[in-house]
Amino acid sequence: MGLKLIVLIKQVPDIAKVRFDVEKGRIDRSSAEAEINPFDLNALEAAVQVKEKVGGIVTAISMGPPQAVTSLKDAIARGADEAILLEDKVFAGADTWATSYTLSCAIRKVGDFDLIFCGEKTVDGDTGQVGAEVAEQLGIPHIYYVSKINDISQDKIKVMSEVDESSYLLESDFPLLVSVTKDVNKPRLPTLRDKLKAMKAEIKVWHANDLSDVINLANVGYFGSPTTVHKVVIPKEKERQGKTFKDVPGGVNFVLDALEAKKLI
Amino acid sequence: MTTSSEIKKKVIVFAEKRDDLIHPISFELLGKGREIADKLNAELSCVLLGYRVSREQAMELIYYGADQVFLYDNIVFKELNIIPYKHNIVQLVKREKPDIFLFGATHFGRSLAPRVAAALETGLTADCIDLQVDENGDLIQIRPAFTGNILAHIKTKTKPVMSTVRYKVMQMREKDQARKGQIINEATEVPNERGPRIIRKERQAEFNITEAKIIVSGGRGLGTSEGFKLLKELADLLGGVVGASRTPVDEGWIGKEHQVGFSGNTVKPKLYIACGISGSPQHLAGMKESETIIAINTDPSAPIHRTADYSIISDLYQVIPEMIKQIKARKVNRT
Ligand SMILES: Cc1cc2nc3c(=O)[nH]c(=O)nc-3n(C[C@H](O)[C@H](O)[C@H](O)COP(=O)(O)OP(=O)(O)OC[C@H]3O[C@@H](n4cnc5c(N)ncnc54)[C@H](O)[C@@H]3O)c2cc1C
Ligand SMILES: Cc1cc2nc3c(=O)[nH]c(=O)nc-3n(C[C@H](O)[C@H](O)[C@H](O)COP(=O)(O)OP(=O)(O)OC[C@H]3O[C@@H](n4cnc5c(N)ncnc54)[C@H](O)[C@@H]3O)c2cc1C
Repeated sequence: MGLKLIVLIKQVPDIAKVRFDVEKGRIDRSSAEAEINPFDLNALEAAVQVKEKVGGIVTAISMGPPQAVTSLKDAIARGADEAILLEDKVFAGADTWATSYTLSCAIRKVGDFDLIFCGEKTVDGDTGQVGAEVAEQLGIPHIYYVSKINDISQDKIKVMSEVDESSYLLESDFPLLVSVTKDVNKPRLPTLRDKLKAMKAEIKVWHANDLSDVINLANVGYFGSPTTVHKVVIPKEKERQGKTFKDVPGGVNFVLDALEAKKLI
Repeated sequence: MTTSSEIKKKVIVFAEKRDDLIHPISFELLGKGREIADKLNAELSCVLLGYRVSREQAMELIYYGADQVFLYDNIVFKELNIIPYKHNIVQLVKREKPDIFLFGATHFGRSLAPRVAAALETGLTADCIDLQVDENGDLIQIRPAFTGNILAHIKTKTKPVMSTVRYKVMQMREKDQARKGQIINEATEVPNERGPRIIRKERQAEFNITEAKIIVSGGRGLGTSEGFKLLKELADLLGGVVGASRTPVDEGWIGKEHQVGFSGNTVKPKLYIACGISGSPQHLAGMKESETIIAINTDPSAPIHRTADYSIISDLYQVIPEMIKQIKARKVNRT
């Protein structure tokens, strides 16, 4: 017994280290290390906590380039039992619809499951759409903006979901997809032992032909995507006064004069 | 030959009902939707789903720009249950075949729209801050990505082109009570499967930082939760509210409704005072559009200074009391 838990994980660049070239409109990821999308760490921690409470097995799934294997090893160090990377040239350039289609085909291939966890959004694509689209493609309900897991048993889950100015306490049967916010938990740090164990773990890699019984390749990757990024603009920062003061009373006086002139005080 | 009415394009806007009110984003969407519809010589409709919706409420949508309103009134829409909403919207889209369908990027909109888009096998663009019609009549959807560092221009090949649109960026039109339009009562289909059950609903505190004109925010540099008392004193004096970076929220010094940034609230006040905040990209993503920014930080190399109009490089525990003192003195002098 125990629950079958799936966690969706995207590898993203460390956003604090990505360089944005205003002149060329280019995003330079070369200086940035790749890592697990921060909100997906919360999703993984949620799944691991559920497993610790009621038993089960946690499978991490990611669609991405070959180097995303490192993020899946990290997921194993953080408590996932197994991990699958969906990697193929034909998957590249996918929008959220094609991404969720590919992920849902892989989930079907994995077989029965009770709960799918994903993050609220990613720090790069930043749409927050993949979770609900996966749920729709699998024909299961979803709950977004989950800030707390109140209760979990073999056949039910109770969670808090923040919907704008209201919080809902919701109860659901399985299967269900849950999208978590950073408030749901504090992800634990892997120990050195966990890291060593994960280094040896085998990550399954599924290419398009491994999914051939469940997938229609017309729907994947760039060509299967209904949306395209037509242009990227790196906006110039707003012009700022940039006046700096070290002397406290004088600085405060100057600033208050300026605010008075703007009728802010 | 086809007559012009047969090929008339259609734009549909989702009107979001919250308890007894229509969410203001719905009127903003109608403002933008009207502009797009006029450029495309299209019809602008609105879909409103709710329980015990008054005719006056549906008429409001017409006064703000809709040509017609598809009205669904059923108890399944009393609460925000995604599945029945999705089911009926999908049926409507299949019947009406709109070219463009717009949702508000509220939490509910961002949860509902991807389900609708996936069911219709169409593209969806998230959290747009602008929508433009190009010379081919295609919709260019402009949205921030990479934690607010870039603006992506997105095009959609499938129909309808769907987007969620950020709150408070589109202009609503003047209300025009002379506008005429049709209200079409639709029959609700109630799917067997309804999804999660609502056990309890709580309204959160009335506090809403996104509405504030002046925000005094504190970060890790405050050192303790006590620091917020000082910030509150300044905020009260200025008629503003208190905000925070993520650190004090994670530390439990202040509630998460005060958090500004990528995983908190996006704000655009007239005045933002950042106290003991370094200016991480995630924090800047939530406040860099503020009209005037003041940074108070002991570290002259902190990135926040590059985004500030005025920087005071000193201990906030000296600067804030000095500000409070001088503001009080100015108030006395004025009276
Ligand atoms: C600048 C830019 C703008 C874009 N805008 C759009 C747009 O408006 N509409 C659109 O359809 N596409 C858009 N895309 C494409 C989109 O980023 C990709 O489809 C991406 O694969 C997934 O979307 P996301 O990063 O927004 O994920 P989100 O929907 O934000 O992710 C939510 C959760 O889903 C899971 N997840 C997401 N991706 C994966 C994955 N590859 N493997 C496993 N789990 C995953 C994670 O748990 C994640 O936390 C854009 C891409 C770029 C570069
Ligand atoms: C996915 C993700 C989402 C995130 N979302 C958010 C978000 O929504 N909002 C957010 O804010 N952060 C967010 N963060 C965290 C962000 O990366 C930073 O860690 C955080 O913003 C730092 O907060 P801070 O500026 O208060 O603290 P620090 O970076 O520690 O800065 C403290 C500053 O206080 C100054 N200081 C110290 N003492 C004093 C004094 N006495 N007087 C004056 N100045 C003093 C120091 O010089 C320093 O510059 C997110 C991170 C991730 C990965």
